[in-house]
Amino acid sequence: MSANFYYGIEVFLNGMMAGVLYSLVALGFVLIFKASGIFNYAQGVMALFAALTLVGFQNGQIPFSNLINAVFGTNIHYFGWNMPAFLAIICTLVVMIIFAYLVEKYVLKHLVNQEPIILFMATIGLAYFMEGFGDLMWGADIKKLDVGLPQGGNIWLEENTAFLGGPDFYGFYLDNLDMWATVFAGLLVVSLVLFSQYTKTGRALRAVADDHQAALSVGISLRTIWVIVWSIAGFVALVAGIMWGSKSGVQFSLSLIALKALPVLMLGGFTSIPGAIVGGLIIGVGEKMFEFLIGVPFLGGATENWFAYMLALLFLVFRPQGLFGEKIIERV
Amino acid sequence: MLYREAGDYKTSYAKDQQTFPIAFDRWGYRLTIAFAVLVVPFILNDYWTNAVVLPFLIYAIAAIGLNILTGYCGQVSLGSGGFMAVGAYAAYKLMTSFPELNIVFVILLSGGVTALVGMLFGLPSLRIKGFYLAVATLAAQFFLVWLFNKVPWFYNYSASGQISAPERSLFGYAVTGANAHPATSYLFCLGFVFVLAWAARNMTRGANGRKWMAIRDMDIAAEIIGVDPMKAKLTAFGVSSFYIGISGALLFAVYLGAAEVGEAFGIEKSFLILFMVIIGGLGSIFGSFAGAAFMILMPVLLKNIMVGQMGWPTDLASHFQFVIVGGLIIIFLIVEPHGLAQLWRLAKEKLRLWPFPH
Repeated sequence: MSANFYYGIEVFLNGMMAGVLYSLVALGFVLIFKASGIFNYAQGVMALFAALTLVGFQNGQIPFSNLINAVFGTNIHYFGWNMPAFLAIICTLVVMIIFAYLVEKYVLKHLVNQEPIILFMATIGLAYFMEGFGDLMWGADIKKLDVGLPQGGNIWLEENTAFLGGPDFYGFYLDNLDMWATVFAGLLVVSLVLFSQYTKTGRALRAVADDHQAALSVGISLRTIWVIVWSIAGFVALVAGIMWGSKSGVQFSLSLIALKALPVLMLGGFTSIPGAIVGGLIIGVGEKMFEFLIGVPFLGGATENWFAYMLALLFLVFRPQGLFGEKIIERV
Repeated sequence: MLYREAGDYKTSYAKDQQTFPIAFDRWGYRLTIAFAVLVVPFILNDYWTNAVVLPFLIYAIAAIGLNILTGYCGQVSLGSGGFMAVGAYAAYKLMTSFPELNIVFVILLSGGVTALVGMLFGLPSLRIKGFYLAVATLAAQFFLVWLFNKVPWFYNYSASGQISAPERSLFGYAVTGANAHPATSYLFCLGFVFVLAWAARNMTRGANGRKWMAIRDMDIAAEIIGVDPMKAKLTAFGVSSFYIGISGALLFAVYLGAAEVGEAFGIEKSFLILFMVIIGGLGSIFGSFAGAAFMILMPVLLKNIMVGQMGWPTDLASHFQFVIVGGLIIIFLIVEPHGLAQLWRLAKEKLRLWPFPH
């Protein structure tokens, strides 16, 4: 077997890992879409905001320090302590839950029964708001996020697979972080499925997803459910933010992964949790393989920017509701 | 008192169906046009032209274009930035390949090219609906930007990958390039805005516009009463892209002068134009203008207040701007989901009854 073949396999595996990361973001979308019919564009910014908050807590930054300095002419930046990662994650989670509550109270409550496009626009507004707010609160510089996850290539795997290829093959290179992300994504999906199938709240969530009015009529509080759903989405965003943030630093581009999650959703269907995972894997593997096989040799590279969308577009022409989406019924 | 239908006798069908049925509106419209043509060019300075007036006019065209597609035909598009890039690059290629060609034709032809591209990307809309379509148009956005970045032919193999507009003039006055006077660029753009807005207003109340609106309100019902969805959707995509292409060509040739595709026509542009349409009001030409004015003026205003008056650092001000824009969008959607145009309509209704509301 040639080294190129093995290199192809490595690209495939890395694509899977990238796909898992996309799925993590897509998962947050699906949760909110199922429970409230809202297409939450702010999911990516939520991940950014969560990661920023986490770093801020860890480093003991003073929130709004830049603003305070500009207004009062002071020069303060840090409290001067470092929070352990675990405690910081808990604190960030609390912030995300407060955020979910505020979103419900000040935005969603007032937009009940509006058209989906209006709700979508509102979440874009929310995304802008959070982006500015996060930067105001913690500063816009690129931050390093380290919660103690191992980084860099997995040497064990590399050494133990080197014998497969010829002398110019050095074994599969996989990032430790990506593998951890896969583990966490798996845990997250399993726990979400268990939560929605076997708990009372989970059942209420599914009821709301099926039919808002029917759920209201049997005494489920829509508003509580929305707060819960947005909190869970905030939690998923935090996990995604930790993974992406440890990988490439906490910075503005983190919020753009939301756009990458869109084709994942289109492939998997907006309403299916397994769909988000499978869609993510297809997109991740597809774009990496396309770049490797066709993009770099023939098209000059950087095809990753658009391949996912084109794939989703082609796919939708044949199956408009996505792989696992509910069938669209227009005429009975 | 003045704002009344009463006493304004309509003696022909043409008069009955005119765009501004109330005399006060008609005079307001004429005065606005006269002011824009006769007064504004003489009081314009460089700062106002570049910071406010030119972007407003150019984005107003794009907003009208997107409004035709989204507001009238109900097809959400996030690819406006990409289509603007098509217009800009078409203008650039035409200007450099045919130096003799009049600039007006260059701009119009770039619109035409964009219309073709837009129709191509509109084809999936026959099968895909709603959000799925919105995301599908993202494919256009990212693909087109990538294409203009990767294929050197589009930027004439220039080393920087940028395109820059050569000088072209109309009636002896430079309208593009470094020598263009603010007033000439302004009048040039104003001409396009006027003609295009006029055409859009009349198109949307004619047969085509009604077909688009029928498709928007319920496509199956529209099909049953004899509207061909393919034709309606593709014409909407075509006309909308024509407008957006012209706006992109003007943005590049008249306003920016030089452009790099990822920076000038990125996804932010698509969102900016969508915001204009939503804040201004879906399905309203006036709304497109109002939305464009709002989205252009507000950042300038905020920046002047925060940086100029309060002396904050610019990065802080720009973060604040994000917060305020986001907050305003949410507030707007909560208070008036139909945008500024609806507020305008309500004000006019009130005015008709004023000062005796019974």
